[in-house]
Amino acid sequence: MKIRTILAAGLMALGLVGTTHADDGLDNPSRNPFYDGLKGKRVVFIPLAMGFDLTEGWAAIMRKQAADLGYTLEIRDPNWSTDAGTRALTALIAEKPDLIIAHNPDVQSYARLLKRAMDAGIKVVQLNLESVVPTDAYVGADWSRVGYIEADALVKQCGAGSGKSGKIAIIRGQPTAASDLYELYAYKQTFAKDPSIKIVSEQAAQYDPAKARAIMETVLQQHPDLCGVVGNWDNQDVGAGAAIQAAGKADDVYVVTSGGGNQIGCDNITKGLLDLIISYDVPLQGNAINQQIVQSLLSPAKAGESKTSYYTPLTLLTKDNIGPRTCWQLDQLK
Amino acid sequence: MGKVQLSQEGVVFALAVAMFAVFAVSLNNFLTAGNLIALVRSVSILGILGLGMGLVVIGRGIDLAMVATMVVSLSWVLSLAQSGTPFDTALAYGFLLTIAIGLASGILIAYADIPAIFTTLAMGLVIYGSGRAFLFEIDVQNSPTGVEWFDFLGRGLLFGLPMPIAAFAVLAALIALLLLRTRFGRFVYAAGDNPLAARITGLPLRPLIVVQYVVSSLIAFLAGIVMAAAVSGMSTRVYNSTMIYDVLLVVVLGGISLSGGRGGVRNVLVGTLLVGVLLNGMTILDITYTTQNLIKSLILLLAIMVDSFINPRDEQTSQQSQGDI
Repeated sequence: MKIRTILAAGLMALGLVGTTHADDGLDNPSRNPFYDGLKGKRVVFIPLAMGFDLTEGWAAIMRKQAADLGYTLEIRDPNWSTDAGTRALTALIAEKPDLIIAHNPDVQSYARLLKRAMDAGIKVVQLNLESVVPTDAYVGADWSRVGYIEADALVKQCGAGSGKSGKIAIIRGQPTAASDLYELYAYKQTFAKDPSIKIVSEQAAQYDPAKARAIMETVLQQHPDLCGVVGNWDNQDVGAGAAIQAAGKADDVYVVTSGGGNQIGCDNITKGLLDLIISYDVPLQGNAINQQIVQSLLSPAKAGESKTSYYTPLTLLTKDNIGPRTCWQLDQLK
Repeated sequence: MGKVQLSQEGVVFALAVAMFAVFAVSLNNFLTAGNLIALVRSVSILGILGLGMGLVVIGRGIDLAMVATMVVSLSWVLSLAQSGTPFDTALAYGFLLTIAIGLASGILIAYADIPAIFTTLAMGLVIYGSGRAFLFEIDVQNSPTGVEWFDFLGRGLLFGLPMPIAAFAVLAALIALLLLRTRFGRFVYAAGDNPLAARITGLPLRPLIVVQYVVSSLIAFLAGIVMAAAVSGMSTRVYNSTMIYDVLLVVVLGGISLSGGRGGVRNVLVGTLLVGVLLNGMTILDITYTTQNLIKSLILLLAIMVDSFINPRDEQTSQQSQGDI
């Protein structure tokens, strides 16, 4: 009897204790290491330049998370100067931040410095434009795939059986950038498979719409029966689209390009300046890079120990599928 | 060579004609009206800027801030227009800004006696920097839609010529008139040829210099309007390109002496033509980017070599230290 009472009381007490426990919830044991591991860390982003849709979009998303999780995000803006970017990187190797996010102007310039940074124990993530040196992570578009999709779309429009001239102009961006080199390889591979496709022009516009326009005007004079244009970047190729529209050929020449899915790109499709944008979707990329930042900062792996890539999803934007909310505006991301 | 005096302008013109002839014979569709229009059109902005630069160089100055002025004033105008300011009001603001820029450069050069090359180089950086910091956020600004005259300026035709060419032609005529038929023009030549003599003669030298920079700033603003209309937007990245050197190239290649007092609108036209023929021919030939740069610089080098061979430096030219780079 006595033993029973004690047992019952004991059980009740246990039960009570148990209930109190459940009412107060649980302190998640894996939570603190997550925040503590991030607090006070220093991340530095070296973009090509600030002030355009891609970098402003990424930066807005990265800043938000940095403020949220208590690490710092600095931006060293070389403003399109490879030289200034190289200097910034060299300085950073001495400063030893925890993580460098590099947006490479071309495949070579930063390559050695990025390797040196990793040797010095700084983790390096490359964003959307990679160099020839693989680093801790690459997050961004798979440019070869962008190129294959673009080229396939043009072959569909202009290739065998389309009844068109098959003449295609390639507008390159910066001829040494990763996007340009990998895309060009994909174009050439794809176009070589269809004998009716003729590449009539291959010129670089260096991301400048005015230059793209001048090139396209000349090409249209030489080849009034041009069938398609494939370009490196929507912000640049809109110039080519303007030349085509001015020549009254907007319906005859199919313009394919790629971009970050900014509202301006969507507007240019609506205006009929561009026909297809392969969007690498800056907001999605922003989330992916944020995830990578956290992972790199928390991972016990040493700089340069493991190398991963994440190719962000691609969306195809055309007149038929864009709506008022398809593309993004910077204010939404801030 | 006898008594035949070949000027640099003549050499460059001959070079342009020679290239033109080679391209006309060897390239299909080079000599079509459409291609020739595209050729001039592609360099018309460069030509407009060249006119402003030419004017300042004749007055023994140089304006390296022109591209920055063009880019920043128009980007500001477009960003104001996008955020709801009526386009005309925005243009008026841009107009005032360019006048202020021209006044600032001019006053520093004329009254503080700072060499033009340093003043305008620094001004360019100041203008671009403050523009990026305070006037607009995004480096590519789109043109507003629905402004009729602006659309016409970009896509319309005047006597069968695209508007950028028409604007270049009209401005060239105006500057030629200004230089040759007005008192201001004659003063610019006088001041460029020998500033001290001009001053002793009683010319208002300092105000004259200020006005030159205001004019070149305004021409940069105009070039910006034409450019924004033609490509339906303005990219501030143009500032980082080699455009200002191309403008200088047009002027110097055309034969306007950097030591001032010589040359005219015709030189700018010849220089622009050479660059136009070169760019157009190379695009048609589909020459790669790097090779194009190489050819451009080789042609420039060739022109300079031929010039110094034909017009060797003598005592008079070498004494003109100020203004010569």
